[in-house]
Amino acid sequence: MDRRKSLKSILLGGVASGLAVHGCNPKPAETVDELIPAEKNIYGRTPKEKKLDKELHAKAFFNEHEMNTISVLCNLILPADERFGSTTDAEVPDLIEFMAKDIPELQTPLRGGLMWLDHKCNTDFNLMFKSASEEQQKSILDTIAYPDVAVPEKEHPLEIQFFSLMRNLTLTGYYTSKIGIEELGYKGNMPNVWNGVPEEVLAQHNVAYDDDWLAKCVDQSKRGIIAEWDENGNLLT
Amino acid sequence: MQIIESSQVYDIIIVGSGAGGGMATKILSEAGLKVAVVEAGPFFDPADPEQMTQMKWPYESPRRGANTVRPFGDFDSAYGGWEIEGEPYTNAEGSDFSWFRSRMLGGRTNHWGRISLRFGPKDFKRKDQDGLGDNWPIGYEDVKPYYDKVDKLIGVFGTNEGLPNDPDGFFLPPPKPRLHELFYIKGARKSNIPVFPSRMSMLTKKINNDRGVCFYCGQCSRACQVYADFSAGTCLIFPAQKNGGQIDLFVNCMVREVTTDEEGKATGVSYINKEDRKEYKLKGKVVVLAASACSSARILLNSKSKQHPNGLGNSSDVVGKYLHDSTGAGRAAFVPDLMNREIYNEDGVGGMHVYTPWWLDNKKLDFPRGYHIEIWGGMGMPSYGFGFNPNLFNQFFNLKVGGYGNSLRKDIKKYYGSVLGFSGRGESIPQENNYCEIDNTTVDEFGIPVLKFNYQWTDNEVKQVKHMHDTFEEIFHNIGAKPLDDKPGKEQNHGILAPGKIIHEVGTTRMGDNNKTSVVNKYQQLHDAKNVFIVDAGPFVSQADKNPTWTILALSWRTSDYIVEQLKQQNI
Repeated sequence: MDRRKSLKSILLGGVASGLAVHGCNPKPAETVDELIPAEKNIYGRTPKEKKLDKELHAKAFFNEHEMNTISVLCNLILPADERFGSTTDAEVPDLIEFMAKDIPELQTPLRGGLMWLDHKCNTDFNLMFKSASEEQQKSILDTIAYPDVAVPEKEHPLEIQFFSLMRNLTLTGYYTSKIGIEELGYKGNMPNVWNGVPEEVLAQHNVAYDDDWLAKCVDQSKRGIIAEWDENGNLLT
Repeated sequence: MQIIESSQVYDIIIVGSGAGGGMATKILSEAGLKVAVVEAGPFFDPADPEQMTQMKWPYESPRRGANTVRPFGDFDSAYGGWEIEGEPYTNAEGSDFSWFRSRMLGGRTNHWGRISLRFGPKDFKRKDQDGLGDNWPIGYEDVKPYYDKVDKLIGVFGTNEGLPNDPDGFFLPPPKPRLHELFYIKGARKSNIPVFPSRMSMLTKKINNDRGVCFYCGQCSRACQVYADFSAGTCLIFPAQKNGGQIDLFVNCMVREVTTDEEGKATGVSYINKEDRKEYKLKGKVVVLAASACSSARILLNSKSKQHPNGLGNSSDVVGKYLHDSTGAGRAAFVPDLMNREIYNEDGVGGMHVYTPWWLDNKKLDFPRGYHIEIWGGMGMPSYGFGFNPNLFNQFFNLKVGGYGNSLRKDIKKYYGSVLGFSGRGESIPQENNYCEIDNTTVDEFGIPVLKFNYQWTDNEVKQVKHMHDTFEEIFHNIGAKPLDDKPGKEQNHGILAPGKIIHEVGTTRMGDNNKTSVVNKYQQLHDAKNVFIVDAGPFVSQADKNPTWTILALSWRTSDYIVEQLKQQNI
């Protein structure tokens, strides 16, 4: 018998038997259900969280023009990599759309910043930002992409704050995506047995393990043997 | 509304299923007693795929793990947080207490840091040493046998170092330090600050046939699907059920009050079932409160009757008082020697492999009590926030900060894993005028009056935190690290975190021999009602510079043994 089922079957009590197994499970609003055909991108673990995710997905914040401008901007911030792909492949613009709904305080700076870009580009080149040449786009970005770190972030003009925010969202979106994690080379999030820093890495960074310290550490060849101690707390196994 | 009464009479009703409630459930059910566990949140099993967050990738969350919904991010296992919709609390003017609640089977043990430190002999008798606060009515020798049993039952890695106030135990062997932790060791030793393997409740080695062994994903805050870390559900309640314990779990049930009879003895509890929003009554011979220090105080204060007009157990007027949390402060730094790292899997256990227990003599310092230092860093899994200010550290090399284009990719890799952070967690002095009380102007969505907090740090705590920051900078300096942000000054109270932020709140139902100045006796039994016990951190007289969980577990076991004994002798 499946262990989890056996645990559930021994949950007793009038209320508990009904509730524990089904959890708190109010029916999600049907209107929201209808708008989202699949469960894609629904992560929430609880009914309330699932409902919130669905509601956020069901709404649109940016219009098509804004989304196109965001895509152009993301690709300028982090150009496509031949091997791993682009910010579009990593669905970064979609994440930015989602985060604008998830953290509403982001909405006005993002939307206003996009307007600033078009205004600036129209003024300088008589073109919308997304339609300008890469050279023209970069000439604008160069004026807002290098904040003076001596000035607190919140005291910069909006367009500089906007670009910093876009850069943050673009990089976080990319490096938390499947391809971004591959590119970064993060090696964890999988079962393994930690047995210390590789020798060559210790040498590279000019540090070493103390023998005394190592002697106290787990002998990974014995990790599967049940622990037993003497009466003084000395591990025997 | 008609209150629905069950005819079943339980031997024991346990309110709350975290560390204290879980342990009481195990010990009391295994003694053959019929136990009801009443938990305000849903059933939770980290092995249930529907609830699991372990081994998820950031892109499996639409917000990439951001903390908009859960305070520690989408992948943290806590159902709850500092704020819970429909369950408010209030603060008196000038008070800024934050109250973290996890509404789920196992409570906060599902996501806690697993730092499992015994209190030492000095920690139980602090007044003897500095004249501040009060001594516990018990000493280390009373609790030691239970610490030993907890170590063996649950499993904790660490090392026997023979330290005077950080006692030895029955430890599993610790994991080897990570690279940034070796830097910490180097820097700390330069200032004669000792460093030891950390003491945490993950299984680096098999402890029994029911639980798995740690597979080093570093995600204990997500709760372990093979039960290789401690949580009350997986390590106490489920095994007790499996052992045939007569345990009825009442989940999503919010206790309102303890009911009492004409003699003032408890008869059970009344609770609101969150599903049907109706009020129910459960009958029990003994009531064990384990709802968390503040929740148990709230239940007592809301349990008013002719016999207990000031709230149950509150003839002393002490319930809610002496509320205290650990002090806390943190700082991070950029370590140039950790740039351009070779990437390998260093997830390790969830949290630090090394730590520094309190090491100084207060006679030479301008503040009482101590703190320990926790260490963080490394090449962790990216989640929301990763890549923010990707080349801020360029400023340390007089290079331009900001920009766009492919250079950012290089910056990301150059600086990945180069940050080292410290957190100080210290002991505060319990104050009578730091307290929670019932706020009659506000109720939660179940109609239960809520808590109002009154809490101010004193100069003692602020000075201690200032010392933490000085220590952090000294260690950073020793390894050539560049501290980030400015050191908080006097106007920021030297960076002391708001009370409640460390989630070590204790002391609201403190123990003592004198029923005028304490709520429970040394067995955590109410002075005012013999069949009511408190097994969360409410009875703590003082918090030590440790984390409370291991002591909650040991004391809950000790109290459970006492209950069994008292029932046998028909004293309760």
